[in-house]
Amino acid sequence: MNQTEIEKIVFDILKRIAPDTEPEALKPGDSIREKLGIDSYDFLQFIVALDEQLLIAIPEEDYGKVASIGSLIDYLKARLK
Amino acid sequence: MSDFLMPSLGADMEDGILAKWMKKPGELVKRGDVIAEVETQKGTIEIEVFEEGRIDSLLIDEGTRVPVGTPMARIQTGVSAKEPAQLSASPPEAKEITRPAVVPFIKTAQRFKASPLARRIAAENQIDLSLISGSGTEGAITKQDVERFIDGMPQKTKDETKFTKPAATEGIRAAIAAAMSRSNREIPHYYLEKTIDMSHAMAWLQNRNRERPPAKRLLPAAMLMKAMALSLREVPQLNAIWDNGLQVKSEINVGFVIALRNGGIIVPAIAAADQKSVDDIMTALNDVIPRARALKLRSSELSDSTITMTSIGEGGSDSVFGVIYPPQVAIVGFGSISEQPYARNGMLGIHPLLKVTLAGDHRATDGLTGNRFLQILDKHLQEPELL
Repeated sequence: MNQTEIEKIVFDILKRIAPDTEPEALKPGDSIREKLGIDSYDFLQFIVALDEQLLIAIPEEDYGKVASIGSLIDYLKARLK
Repeated sequence: MSDFLMPSLGADMEDGILAKWMKKPGELVKRGDVIAEVETQKGTIEIEVFEEGRIDSLLIDEGTRVPVGTPMARIQTGVSAKEPAQLSASPPEAKEITRPAVVPFIKTAQRFKASPLARRIAAENQIDLSLISGSGTEGAITKQDVERFIDGMPQKTKDETKFTKPAATEGIRAAIAAAMSRSNREIPHYYLEKTIDMSHAMAWLQNRNRERPPAKRLLPAAMLMKAMALSLREVPQLNAIWDNGLQVKSEINVGFVIALRNGGIIVPAIAAADQKSVDDIMTALNDVIPRARALKLRSSELSDSTITMTSIGEGGSDSVFGVIYPPQVAIVGFGSISEQPYARNGMLGIHPLLKVTLAGDHRATDGLTGNRFLQILDKHLQEPELL
């Protein structure tokens, strides 16, 4: 799976959780939760959806590593190789 | 035979529009069955019945605006959906009890003295009577008072309320405005705050989540709600309503504040939270949060709260001081849990800390009671394995 494909899946999930936002417009360093106004419950739903679609269950201790959109994509890329 | 009344789904509700009957005359119903869908400011709500019986007749046509407390259907009681033979043996007086659908909140409409005409004009214009000061005998609200109030409203608001149905979010905004204005006007709040060391609680939670797939993970809010509900067992005065005096409630139904993306909040109840495990509470939250955001709740979820919990969640403000939702007498606010320098037993370390606040109704309780609640809550959060 290449970067574009991963990004599409991530943006589709975020768009479903926060329909009034434009996840594609996020810069790599932007905090996903802050920029899109996602609360703790929705963030968990995001993690659940990533697990369902990419079969990657991000452990809680790694939440800090997936806070920005750039670091999340890198994290997923590394695990999908 | 008993009347099924339009329930009140909160202190701010005056009426609802009957959208659809879900039962027909002749059908058997039991407690918890959805009898109708009603459009309210908080979305389309499924209205549940609170007794067993057979629908005798439906008294209201679909599409009608129905004030709270109005009979909507007649139910022939003493007819059981499950065990007809057994129920007929119960004493006749037990069958004849007419139970208002929502006991604690049903008196809202009577709280403000108003003439029937004033009440009708206010209802037609979707005006909360609590916002109007009365000039009649003993402060009763008269027709003139309501008309003066309408004249004083900005033209745009007047036209909107009269001729258009407000969008769901506008309706919610209006409902919040009415309830919070009433709270601020009537309830003398007192506030307390306590910092709680969450080291044990967070370690316990992380341990449990480590073994689980994301879909089964617990949020801190579920654990906090359980600790709060257990603490209320020991300080029942805060799990109560104020209606010409303190009325302590036996069930602990925690209203959970859910923020809506387009603005506004909605506060469904997690019933008997003290009797649920943390897992059960998380399951209940997983069920109710998406439905609340889609404005698809059941009547009991909107009317049965005995106290409110508001939780900021990860990465947000350190503390939140709530406004009590009348006629409740307390709201507990959980700030964001964050790592801070913290001294314990003479040792300075980095601990996850949580600031918990309590806003209490000073007519109902004093700071001493609130203080005791926060101390007990702290104790429960130091022993998470017992939650």
